[in-house]
Amino acid sequence: MDLYVAIFQGIIIASTPLVLAAIGELIVEKSGVLNLGVEGMMIIGAVASFIVTHETGSHLMGILAAIIASGLIAVIFGILTQYLLSNQVATGLALTLFGLGLASLIGQSYSGISLKAFPKLEVTILSDLPIIGGLLFSFDYLVYLSVLIVFATYLFLKKTKAGLVLIATGDNHDSAHSLGYSVKKIRLLSIVYGGACAGLGGAYLSLVQTPMWVENMTAGRGWIALAIVVFAVWRPLWIFVGAYIFGGITIIQLHIQAIGVNIVAQYMSMLPYIVTILVLVFISMNKNRLAVNAPNCLNKIFKSDI
Amino acid sequence: MSKKYLGALVVLLILAIGFYYQSQIGGDDNKVKKVGFIYVGPVTDFGWTYEHDQGRKAVVERFGENIETTYVESVEEGADAERAITQMARDHDLVFTTSFGYMNPTSKVAKNFDKVKFEHATGYQRSDNVANYAARFYEGRHLIGLIAGGMTQTNKIGYIASFPIPEVIRGINAAYLAASSVNPTVEFKIIWVNTWFDPGKEADAAKALIDQGADIIMQHTDSAAPMTIAQEQGIYAFGQASNMIQFGPDAQLTSIIDNWGPYYIDRVQKLIAGTWESSDTWGGLDSGMVELADVSEDVPQVVVNLVNSARDGIISGNLHPFTGPINKQDGSVWLGDGEIADDGVLLGMDFYVEGVDGAIPN
Repeated sequence: MDLYVAIFQGIIIASTPLVLAAIGELIVEKSGVLNLGVEGMMIIGAVASFIVTHETGSHLMGILAAIIASGLIAVIFGILTQYLLSNQVATGLALTLFGLGLASLIGQSYSGISLKAFPKLEVTILSDLPIIGGLLFSFDYLVYLSVLIVFATYLFLKKTKAGLVLIATGDNHDSAHSLGYSVKKIRLLSIVYGGACAGLGGAYLSLVQTPMWVENMTAGRGWIALAIVVFAVWRPLWIFVGAYIFGGITIIQLHIQAIGVNIVAQYMSMLPYIVTILVLVFISMNKNRLAVNAPNCLNKIFKSDI
Repeated sequence: MSKKYLGALVVLLILAIGFYYQSQIGGDDNKVKKVGFIYVGPVTDFGWTYEHDQGRKAVVERFGENIETTYVESVEEGADAERAITQMARDHDLVFTTSFGYMNPTSKVAKNFDKVKFEHATGYQRSDNVANYAARFYEGRHLIGLIAGGMTQTNKIGYIASFPIPEVIRGINAAYLAASSVNPTVEFKIIWVNTWFDPGKEADAAKALIDQGADIIMQHTDSAAPMTIAQEQGIYAFGQASNMIQFGPDAQLTSIIDNWGPYYIDRVQKLIAGTWESSDTWGGLDSGMVELADVSEDVPQVVVNLVNSARDGIISGNLHPFTGPINKQDGSVWLGDGEIADDGVLLGMDFYVEGVDGAIPN
């Protein structure tokens, strides 16, 4: 039983960066912007949090630094796409490359350094409970934060007026504009929020999962997060499904190998990606679900006099 | 044609001929030799590539102004490698390609640049201007296998393997044989991560192995992530390619260190002297290409003595990590009693020895 609890914990740790990056990107896409710069923002968050945590000794300062740094990159993206009306796909890709390069540059003198471990929750009675303790009460606070953010996003989009306005901006920006809402401002705010979440996801990588800084340590997770948003058909609670399946298969295939089951390792490595593609194909078959949830104006440039 | 133009044409012609002959002159003692390095990972991996760069730095220190060195990091094995090697070959005299996967691109580019010398690490394709070099890491694996066998309490050793090439399989076999010679009930749990360098994946693999009961981690991947995880979880691990003690002050039992400096200096020396020839070098503990970091104080003296005498034996030639009787995994006989494996079989090793569980991915 301990082994299963340990596997569960491994899955949560592997999936949380994806949850954070994906839920941020969901808000961005719901507002009508396609942000392909997630990978760049994630890695900037990773390097910023690592450097600041190392210099100040405080994990909290590192997390704040990640949010601010990736938020700044997101601001660049926002200005370029909303006010200078640049092509969203190209700008996003450019910022990914920029973020990756900048992070490698800044992080050069910080390789070879190790950080102290990220504190895990230790509530005396709850964490010591035989199985439940390990399953629910022994994670670091970023995991609980990621769960909170997803639920908050769900409530925000479903129950609040602001959420409705955001959805409107993504579904039909001309109508939203004629109702008096500032489309550009809403989109800019969503972009910065999405960037900050991606940065938080990156911070999780360099502070919790592998407490060290290495170039390109995101290894494509930003792209996976983008896929997960589509996988979840832009519904917040389904982000959990996408992220935990992907992270889950990644971890389980390692355990399967460790146990000694004779499935070719290369196929196991492919499995997370194949399952993601299969589910994506399956979901796109249901046109109604897509029509209801997909933002209509995704990736369309909004032009106005304001 | 007027005289002015004719004169200009003649001058240009002379200059052109002069430049052409200049470029044809090889081995010009006044020309500074340029040595290039192609790395598969970042210099800051504190593993494989870090040590190659240390070798490069040793060359710089030794030869100072007589040579110029350049390096390119994180060149992926594949199509881009050919581009990178070609670019480097255009204006360098000697190019070191430091990963197995560069083998085909190196041979290909070498055919087009027959005046440039190439040194390919851990491969087996040679030609007049391509030399091979590798280190007998399996000797180091033998030593750490002894320590692992002596130190494990759960009798499970976790092994993070990269790609199923002979070098990696050799390492697993050498480590297993040594560990089981000290501890017959020891079991190796092997995870193939299909990458030389992915700290996140290596960390996940380390955690999975630890969850499965391994209390000592060995790796054949390039980053220090597994050592960091071992340190975090309070278990032991061995560093790979570099001394990883800063990542695992309590966790590291020892490291296998690749020491390329002396070999690189020797080859550049030959380049400068004009005596460079294609060769196949497979150095080990004896030539100092493979070294062991300081052994942790947690290792009991009896094991340390075992390691020291094994090391002396290997260096003097009295002990070979692959000495029979050894069977293959399927039970068939590989080496008879006292028989020593020959380099050819070792270089092409594609089978596990008896006692190693699991199948080699193909």
